[in-house]
Amino acid sequence: MTDQDAQANAPLHGILAEYDSPTAVVLASKKVRDAGYTRWDTYTPYPIHGIEKAMGIRMTILPWFVIVFAIIGLLTATALQWGTNAMDYKWLISGKPFWSWPANVPIIFELTVLFSAFSTLAGMLALNNLPLLAHPLDLKERFRRVTDDKFFLLIEARDPKFDESNARKLLEATAPVVLDTVKEDRSSSALIPRGLIYAGIVLGVASLVPFAVFAQARTAKMDKGRLHLVWDMDFTPSYKTQSDNPLFEDQRAMRKPPVGTVAQGHLNADDHLHLGKNAEGNWATTLPAGMQADEATMALGKAQFGIYCTPCHGFAGEGNGMVHKKASALGQGWVPPTNLHEERVRNLAAGDMYNTITRGIRNMPAYGSQMDDQERWAVVLYVRALQKSRTVGVGQLTDAERSQLK
Amino acid sequence: MATAASTTNPYNGPLKGDNAFAQITDNVSRIMEAPKPPLAWYLGMAFALSLLGIFGASLGFVVWEGIGAWGHVHPVAWGFPIVNFVFWVGIGHAGTLISAILFLLRQNWRTAINRFAEAMTIFAVVCAAVFPGVHIGRPWLPYWMFPIPNQMGMWPQFRSPLEWDVFAVGTYATVSILFWYMGMIPDFATFRDRSTSTVRRAVYGIVAMGWRGSSRQWHRYERAYLLLAALATPLVLSVHSVVSFDFATSQLPGWHTTIFPPYFVAGAIFGGFAMVVVLAIPARQFFGLKKIITMKHLELMAKVILGTGMLVGYAYAMEMFVAWYSGAMFEQFAFLNRAFGNYAWAYWTMIFCNVMSPQVFWFKKMRTNIWVIFIVGLIVNVGMWFERFVIICTSLTRDFLPANWGNFIPSPVDYATLAGSFGLFFTLFLLFCRYMPMVAMAELKAFIPEGHAHDEDDHH
Repeated sequence: MTDQDAQANAPLHGILAEYDSPTAVVLASKKVRDAGYTRWDTYTPYPIHGIEKAMGIRMTILPWFVIVFAIIGLLTATALQWGTNAMDYKWLISGKPFWSWPANVPIIFELTVLFSAFSTLAGMLALNNLPLLAHPLDLKERFRRVTDDKFFLLIEARDPKFDESNARKLLEATAPVVLDTVKEDRSSSALIPRGLIYAGIVLGVASLVPFAVFAQARTAKMDKGRLHLVWDMDFTPSYKTQSDNPLFEDQRAMRKPPVGTVAQGHLNADDHLHLGKNAEGNWATTLPAGMQADEATMALGKAQFGIYCTPCHGFAGEGNGMVHKKASALGQGWVPPTNLHEERVRNLAAGDMYNTITRGIRNMPAYGSQMDDQERWAVVLYVRALQKSRTVGVGQLTDAERSQLK
Repeated sequence: MATAASTTNPYNGPLKGDNAFAQITDNVSRIMEAPKPPLAWYLGMAFALSLLGIFGASLGFVVWEGIGAWGHVHPVAWGFPIVNFVFWVGIGHAGTLISAILFLLRQNWRTAINRFAEAMTIFAVVCAAVFPGVHIGRPWLPYWMFPIPNQMGMWPQFRSPLEWDVFAVGTYATVSILFWYMGMIPDFATFRDRSTSTVRRAVYGIVAMGWRGSSRQWHRYERAYLLLAALATPLVLSVHSVVSFDFATSQLPGWHTTIFPPYFVAGAIFGGFAMVVVLAIPARQFFGLKKIITMKHLELMAKVILGTGMLVGYAYAMEMFVAWYSGAMFEQFAFLNRAFGNYAWAYWTMIFCNVMSPQVFWFKKMRTNIWVIFIVGLIVNVGMWFERFVIICTSLTRDFLPANWGNFIPSPVDYATLAGSFGLFFTLFLLFCRYMPMVAMAELKAFIPEGHAHDEDDHH
C-alpha cells in the first residue's frame, strides 16, 4: 500500500512520446534539439541511421580510451617477455640474443588486441552507465516495446529549460502515437532484492577461499611428502642403470653394446695407422698413408711430445725428465727412463716405436687412450728428428748450416 | 519434410506482428519462448549428447592411460589431435569474418547470419582449445603454458610458436566472446522484455545489463562495435597465421614454407563458410527462419565458398610449383610423395573435396539448390580436415632420413575423439539455438527498408 501511494505522489521524471516509425522519431528529435533541450533522449529498437545528427549527439571519446589501453597492452607484452626471458631467467634459444624482439611480435600483437578489446567493452559499458538495472521508464508497460518495434522520445524534467506544458505542446506537434508522463520510481523500497545481496556476500567471501589456501600453501612447510596423483609417471616401472634385472642371465639392468658395435671413427681398419704393422704383419717402417712428413706433422709431434713424453724422457729425449730427477732423488730404487738416443732405440722400426707409445712397456704407461693415432705417429716422427739431431755428421749439413757452426 | 513439420513445429507457423520489426522480433524470439522445441531439436540433442559422452570417455581414457592411447608413434609425433585443433580453429574463423570483416566491408546481408556464425566461432574455438590442453603428455600441467610465478623460477618460452598459440587462441576466444556478448546485449533486452516467467526475466535482465535502446547509448555501442570489428579483423588473420607458424617455423619439408599463413587463413575461411552453410540450412528449416536466412544469403555464401575454394586450389598449385622451382631435393620429394606416395589417397580426397566440388557453384542452378549447397558444404568440411591431415601426417611420415620414415595408423581412440568433438560442438550449438537470440534482431531491423528514416535533409 505504502509503495503504491508513494508512487502516486512521486515527482515527475519526464514527458514520453511514442512513435511507430523511424522517420517520425527523427523529425521529432530535430524539433527537440532545435528547441534547445539538453536532458532528453530517444529510445529505439535499433540504431537509426541519421539520428545522431538529428539529436546533435557528439562523437564519443571511446576510441581515445581504447588506444590508451592498446598502448598499455603493447608495453605490457613487451615488458613481460623481456622481463621473463631476457632478464629474470635468461633463456638461450638457438644462439639468438637474449632479447630478439621479432620473435616476440606475435604475443605483443595479441596482447595489444586483447587489452584493446577489453577496454572497448568496458569503456562502452562505463560511458553508457551500464549495467543500469532500474529506471523510471521500466514502470511504463508500453515502453516494453522499445526493444521490439516502437520508438520513444523522453524529455526529462531535470532539463534546465523544462516546462511541462511547453514540452507537451512541442511533442504533440510531432504527432506521436501516445503522449505520456513518467514519474520517478518510488514503487519499491528496496532496489536490489535482499536475497541477491546475501548471495553476493556469500559468493564474495567464498571466492577468497582459494587465495587463502594458496597463501597458506606458499608459506607453510609440508610434513607429509607430496601427493602422487599419477603413479606411473612419478614411479616409472623402467629399470635403473645400477639395479638388477632378473630377466638377464647376468642379472644386470645395464647391458653392453651388442657384439660388433663400432663407435663412430673407431673402425680401425687400417693396421698400419692403428697397429703400426705393415701388410706382411711386420713392423711398419714409414708413416701411414695419408700422413706426410711435413712441418705440420712435426709441429704436432713436438707439441704432443712436450705434453706427454718430456716428464720422463726429458726435452732432448735423454731420459732425464723431471720425473726421473725426483724419483732418483728419493733413493728407493728407480729404473731410469730409456735414453731415446741409444743405438737400440735408433734401430727400432717406426711401427715398433708407435706400438710402444700406444701400449706402453715395462714402467711406461700406455698412451693409446691419451693421444689418437695421428698424434702418436707425429710423436714418432719427432723422436726420429731428435735422434737424427745427435747422429748427423758435418758432411750431411747444408752449406748454410755449416757456416753457422763457424 | 516442410509440410509435416509445420503442423507440429511451433516455429513454422505464421508470424505475429503488424509491421516488419515486430515480425522479426517474433520470428526469432518465439524460438526461445516456445514451451517445447520441435522434435528435430530433441533428436539433434540426443545425437550430440551421445557424441559428447564419447568425447568425455575417450579423453578420460587418454588422460588415464597416456597419449599412447592415440595412434602417435615415431615419427608421427603429432597426429589427429593437432589436425583436429587446426580444423576447429579454422572453422571458427568464418564466424569472425562474417561478423567483423563483412561489417567493415558494409555487406549488410551478413545481419541474417552473423549471430549464429559468431556462436559457431565460440563453440569451434572451445572444441579447438580442448586439444592442445589434452595432447600434452601431462595434461595436469597446462598452467605451465602461462607466465605464473612458480617455485622453479621458470617462465614460458615466449619465442616458441606453441606459446604464441596460447596467446593467440586465448585472445581470439576472449575477443570473440566479448564481441558476441556485446552484440547480444540489445537482443537479450528484447528477450527480457518479452519474458513471462520471473526467472527468465531476471536472467535475461542481468545479461542485458538494463539496455533500453537509448540513442546516446546506441551511439557509443555502434562505435564499440566498429572498434571490435576493426580489432577482430587483424586478429583473425594473425591467429591462423600463428597456428600455421606451428608448422612453418619448423624445418620439415612440406611444413617449412612461407605460403602457410595466407594458405591457412584462406583455408580456414573456406572451411568455416562450409560449416556455416551446413548449420544454416537445417537451422532455417527447423527453426522457421526461412524469411530471414533467405535463398539470397545461401547463394552469396555459396559464392564465397567458390571464391575461397579457388584461393585454396591456387595455394595447392603454388606449393607444387615452388617445390619444383626451388630445386630443393627434400622439398620436391615431399610434394611428389604427397601426390603419389603411400598417403596419396588422402591427398586426392583433399583435391576432390576442396578444389573440384565447389566448382559446381559456377552454375546458378547449383548454387540456388539447397541440397547441393548442403552436400558441398559437408564435402568441403571433410576436405578441409583431410588438408590438415595431409600436411601434418604425410609430411611427418617421410622426412629427411629414410631410416626415420614410418607409417601412421590412427587408433580407435583417435576416431572416437574426433567424432566426439563434434558432439561438444553440436551440444553447445543446439543449446545456443534454444536459449539465446539466434539472429541479430537489432542489426537486422536497421537494414530492412522500413528501418530507414526518410528525412527531408537526407541526401541518400
